[in-house]
Amino acid sequence: MIKFLLKRVGVMALTALCLTFVVFFLTNLDPNLEKLAKTQGNSRMSDAEVASWLEKNGYARPLLIRYGEWIGVVPGWTRTAPDGTVAGRCLHRGAAPETAPAYCGILQGDFGYSTRFRADVSEIIATRLALTGTLMFWVMIVMIPSALIIGVLAGMREGSRADRVLSSFSILWTATPEYVSGVIFIAVFASSAVGLKWVKGSAASAMRDVTFENFALPVATMALYGMGYIARMTRASMAEVMTAQYIRTARLKGLKFRRIILRHALRNALIAPFTVIMLQFPWLLTGVVVVETLFNYKGFGWTLFTAADTNDIELLLSCSIVAVLVVLVTQLISDIGYVFLNPRIRIS
Amino acid sequence: MDALGWGEILARMFVRFWPVWGALATSFALSFAFRRRLGLYGKLFDSPVGMIGYGLVMFWFFTALFADIIAPHDPIQVLSGMKNKPPGTPLPDGAEGYGYYLLGGDNLARDVFSRMVMGAREVLKIAPAATAFAFMVGITLGVPAGYYRGRLDLILSFIANLVLAFPVILLFYLLVTPEIMASAIPSGLAGVLFLFPILFLVILWNSRYRTRPSQRALYVGITVTLGAWLYAGLAFDADPLGVISMPPNTLIVFVAVVFVNSPTVFRIVRGLVMDIQTRDYVAAAQTRGEGPWYIMLWEILPNARGPLIVDFCLRIGYTTILLGTLGFFGLGVSAESPDWGSTIASASGLLSIYPHPALPPALALMSLVLGLNLLADGLREESLKD
Repeated sequence: MIKFLLKRVGVMALTALCLTFVVFFLTNLDPNLEKLAKTQGNSRMSDAEVASWLEKNGYARPLLIRYGEWIGVVPGWTRTAPDGTVAGRCLHRGAAPETAPAYCGILQGDFGYSTRFRADVSEIIATRLALTGTLMFWVMIVMIPSALIIGVLAGMREGSRADRVLSSFSILWTATPEYVSGVIFIAVFASSAVGLKWVKGSAASAMRDVTFENFALPVATMALYGMGYIARMTRASMAEVMTAQYIRTARLKGLKFRRIILRHALRNALIAPFTVIMLQFPWLLTGVVVVETLFNYKGFGWTLFTAADTNDIELLLSCSIVAVLVVLVTQLISDIGYVFLNPRIRIS
Repeated sequence: MDALGWGEILARMFVRFWPVWGALATSFALSFAFRRRLGLYGKLFDSPVGMIGYGLVMFWFFTALFADIIAPHDPIQVLSGMKNKPPGTPLPDGAEGYGYYLLGGDNLARDVFSRMVMGAREVLKIAPAATAFAFMVGITLGVPAGYYRGRLDLILSFIANLVLAFPVILLFYLLVTPEIMASAIPSGLAGVLFLFPILFLVILWNSRYRTRPSQRALYVGITVTLGAWLYAGLAFDADPLGVISMPPNTLIVFVAVVFVNSPTVFRIVRGLVMDIQTRDYVAAAQTRGEGPWYIMLWEILPNARGPLIVDFCLRIGYTTILLGTLGFFGLGVSAESPDWGSTIASASGLLSIYPHPALPPALALMSLVLGLNLLADGLREESLKD
């Protein structure tokens, strides 16, 4: 088990390194840097001025070295101007050259400075992630139990009327991405045109305090799309378990149907959905971005959107790290969980 | 003129769709009549679910085909006085053309109905082709990975997992930007990805007709000539005849979608090949002394077609959703494009006052994806009956 874990973590680290390099490369292309120079300096700079601004701010050096600095394995650059003032990567917030650390990358916990929000990236990410965490918590609370219940009820008696109705609903939900269901929900439940006006079409006030009125639509929108998929997987897995020999044996023993479902079928039927739920996280990120933009809830997804929109390189890089880490960690958890849940698999 | 009521709006929309109804009726009648001779496609007409799915998909397919006849107005034409007007509003006096905005006007005074109809064309221009390309890439890499295993499989699987671990939305934000479009990256990526269909076909013909040189030369020749022509035109905009080209924003959207989809196809194909490889007919072919590529492409692949066809339908639906996501964030589409995603996005700002411009494209996208999912379900059901 330990060896398996170590190997998985090693592959994970290698993946993270490759992915962050790709992101670093794509965000540090020449046109992006030129745009950065123009937004930070002034918008009518000539090409020569742009070049000198990039030179002065340490961007005019090889990509690999800058990547190393950003990770924190290569010492940050310093540069003494003709008038004697020292500038450097690790001195950007007025630290004295003597006391400033030599390395300042993400390994040292320095995520950089956001040009859009004029604040430390680590602070922004922390507050925004907390907001998105609240959203995700409620989405999970709504999505997982209902998806599992729907799937189990549908798969319990394959081909029955309940199965047909529930399956139709889940297939409809998988065909409804967040930007479609969100728009329909707002139009029906929140618009003055239809007139129901049960809830609010904006979740901006939920950032301070969450109520049913301002949080119902974003949570429902996000939960629905994932729910259809998980419910279909649960149904398939439940239907398969119900045809197994040991279920037939249990029925022939004369056990009650309810007892067969709860004691014998359920545990084996829930192995597959567990993996599916875990692997849903990468897709949920897209949902988070869509829902937060649509409902004006300024969490992590909104930050990612804004960072990409305003060419905020360091913020976008940190957002990518968080996103990639979430994906990799959920993959790891799903692998380990699968081993624990499934007695047929033994890792030696 | 008075505004139309809902009954009349629906009736008029029904009439506007006449070419679609005609084509649908014809295709249903023909397919139903010959369904016993059409293989898996014909069996689709034995399952109600499959027929509903087929109907929905073909409805949008024919709508895209006849969009010019169906759409009463130009999708980007602006008519003053029609801004945010409710469905069924007549045009102001003196305006040319069809007398009504059947589904109302959007916030730039364009016809919502025409934009929805033309949007079908935007989606169906890219989604099936991009999915087909992703399948070519996935199959060309997945079959040898599953057949040979070993180090090749290890490397390819690592790369596939790498792409899969990349959040889709982040990839779109990084890849589909004006800066990247101006750089050489789209052409480079397209240059790699578009090579796979040609490679796939050449290996396919070569392994089959290895012992018949004249036929081999013919098929490989046709593939290479046609392929090189399309390849030069699509990937590098360097068609010597000047017929084939792809605008840079479409190219990058196409490439991004193929890039996101192919690792999943790779994993599916690899798994299928590993399973089928243990069958007796593969061992028989190996004993006969067939080449490895012949076994992979002419013995194993045809036997994996069932799950692959089902996944193809599902994946077109997923690609449609991805294209909608791109449009929703305004990535890789022009401001006036009538595609469903960007229409939904532009209408979402005023949603609580004027919901009518957002709903038609939203429902259109939903019904197309639903149709593809039902079609896949029907196909799965029927292919399992064998």
